[in-house]
Amino acid sequence: MKHNENTLVKRITGARLFLPLVALALVLIVNIIKTPTFFNISIQNGVLYGYIIDIINRSSELVILAVGMTLVIATGGIDISVGAVSALAAAVCIRLLGSSYDAYANPMFLCILAGLVAGILCGSFNGFLVAKMRIQAMVATLILFTAGRGIAQLISAREIGGKMVSGQIIYVRMESFKAIGGFLPKVVVPTPVFIAAAVVVLAYLILNRTALGMYIQTVGINSRAGRLVGINSTFIIFLCYAISGMMAALAGIISSSRIYSSDANNIGLNMELDAILAVALGGNNMAGGKFSLAGSVIGALTIQALTTSLYAMGVTADQLPVYKAVVVVIIVSIQSEELKGWIRMVRQQISAGKEAA
Amino acid sequence: MNVLKWFKAKISGPDFLLFVTVVLFVVMYIIGLIVYSGQGFGKMQTFMNMLIDNAALIIAAAGMTVVIITGGIDISVGSVVGLVCMMLAFMMEKMGMSAWTSIALVLVFGVVFGFVQGWLIAYLKIQPFIVTLAGMFFCRGLTAMISVEQIAILSNQTFLNMAKKNIYMPFGAVVNKRGIKLYPFIHPNVVIALAALLVIWYVLKYTKFGRSVFALGGNEQSAMLMGLNVRRTKLKAYMLNGFLASLAGFVFCLNTTSGFVEQARGFEMEAIASTVIGGTLLTGGVGTAIGSFFGVMIKAIIETYIRSNGTLSSWWNKIVLSALLCFFIVLQRVFAIIRSKRLK
Repeated sequence: MKHNENTLVKRITGARLFLPLVALALVLIVNIIKTPTFFNISIQNGVLYGYIIDIINRSSELVILAVGMTLVIATGGIDISVGAVSALAAAVCIRLLGSSYDAYANPMFLCILAGLVAGILCGSFNGFLVAKMRIQAMVATLILFTAGRGIAQLISAREIGGKMVSGQIIYVRMESFKAIGGFLPKVVVPTPVFIAAAVVVLAYLILNRTALGMYIQTVGINSRAGRLVGINSTFIIFLCYAISGMMAALAGIISSSRIYSSDANNIGLNMELDAILAVALGGNNMAGGKFSLAGSVIGALTIQALTTSLYAMGVTADQLPVYKAVVVVIIVSIQSEELKGWIRMVRQQISAGKEAA
Repeated sequence: MNVLKWFKAKISGPDFLLFVTVVLFVVMYIIGLIVYSGQGFGKMQTFMNMLIDNAALIIAAAGMTVVIITGGIDISVGSVVGLVCMMLAFMMEKMGMSAWTSIALVLVFGVVFGFVQGWLIAYLKIQPFIVTLAGMFFCRGLTAMISVEQIAILSNQTFLNMAKKNIYMPFGAVVNKRGIKLYPFIHPNVVIALAALLVIWYVLKYTKFGRSVFALGGNEQSAMLMGLNVRRTKLKAYMLNGFLASLAGFVFCLNTTSGFVEQARGFEMEAIASTVIGGTLLTGGVGTAIGSFFGVMIKAIIETYIRSNGTLSSWWNKIVLSALLCFFIVLQRVFAIIRSKRLK
């Protein structure tokens, strides 16, 4: 009888999405106790309005980043350049758009494409260093993590007194660009939510309807074995970093549309930690291998909910990383095989002690 | 033929990257002398200024060398430096504590922080980059928690004297327009940095701990089979690095005499770049503290170039340094490939 209970509890707690769902529920419960109107949704000014909508809307960039980060971490790597790449791609896009009231300098479609291409290039650079040159992912992506914002600053140039001055905040003055981070006409749901949902669905289809997902897991678990069974692991790893770069660019363009400008200092700031945290919270193994896209998405929502609640408690943006860093360490410690081993040992000792008594 | 053999032996030897770095340093210095002679590049004081500005980096790079030789990495040093500056400023300005107590406290903090990170890495076997990434954000956030506004150290005379004291060199005097002999000077922070560098060099080369660090980085499995306490060595390496990071923070604060949230952002990357440029292999097992010193000096020369040029914006510092880091890690990789081919 007791044995059966154990297995049922184990089956529930052992499920892959258990940790992320519990974390999300925890944050939501705390919120609803503090603000009873938390789940209220109303329509104001023709658009949906409410805490929940705000969280889902604001989490879009994070969800997009988390998709890319999930793949990178599944190959056994990490990409800490995503925040800087976001800023860089946004700078490219906005610089090409130009800032005038009546017309864009270039068609919006082209500018967004250019931003995405910039992101893919950055990702490919990371991918080349990691996959082809076999450099530790941490150090390889550290290069763009540091240089990325500098390059974005150089791109963010504006004409002041007949001279191009870099390091400026470039504003977009056309209304239609706001739709990406705001609302489409006569649609009540914010546009970023659609974009994020599309990215997740597309990624899910590609990863599960083709063999790519399995290849990535194989590479992450044992890239040598993967190569022996005929998987081009170099290309798979490269592809994951390129995708991560593109996701970062997409997130950066959405962020820049939210603020109608390209702010090289602040777009995607500290987003790399959030994305990694989302993946960790999603129950993914940080050492690579098996991954769960759904877990990462729930993780991203949880983190945005946490961020919003912490803001509501009066924590400033600068102070947020303290809490998040502690959460990351707790999660990876729980995942740690060593800790599990110790707990097992202590349990055995306790049960041995009981039997002896 | 002999030259070729010698060259091939050099390439496969562990000192080759250090050799490249020293040559690069000398070449860059000579280029600077030629191109920027008008801006006073050749003055002894310019060289001393490089040391003064980068004293903190010399210490942090020495600590980073130890950690990278074990095969790990620590990207939290930049925010530890920022946090230490803020702690010093807060303790001395807002709490009115004495300089020595504050310095002792931040150094203890560094060791404790290093212990926590090292324990998570060595005993829970969590990947170093995740632990130190969390550490990086933790310290940055903590800095903001202490104070969001900048705190300048204005009232603590002991600290300010320490920061601004000039130690004159007995050589390299320049006679100025009024005919007064000006000797090049350094601040006490350079003395601290060079002392720390020498200690780390000695520790790595001549102590049991240093040997264990190299053995551990070369091959963890073999080190364990040899009977080394791998975990304790790793823990000690991170504690040492934590101590050095906080010492670097103190030295950094001597230069800036203030604490603010954005301070020393990107410092970790400078430390890693200097270490890698100085010939320490990212895969672990190979490296010298002296090499890292030359790595720092190369970074200092780039900075001086950009400052002397005057038209380039300061973002170029980070971009050029990143490019150099990229170049050197690729170079390391190419040499590793050459070496493995030779072994075959």
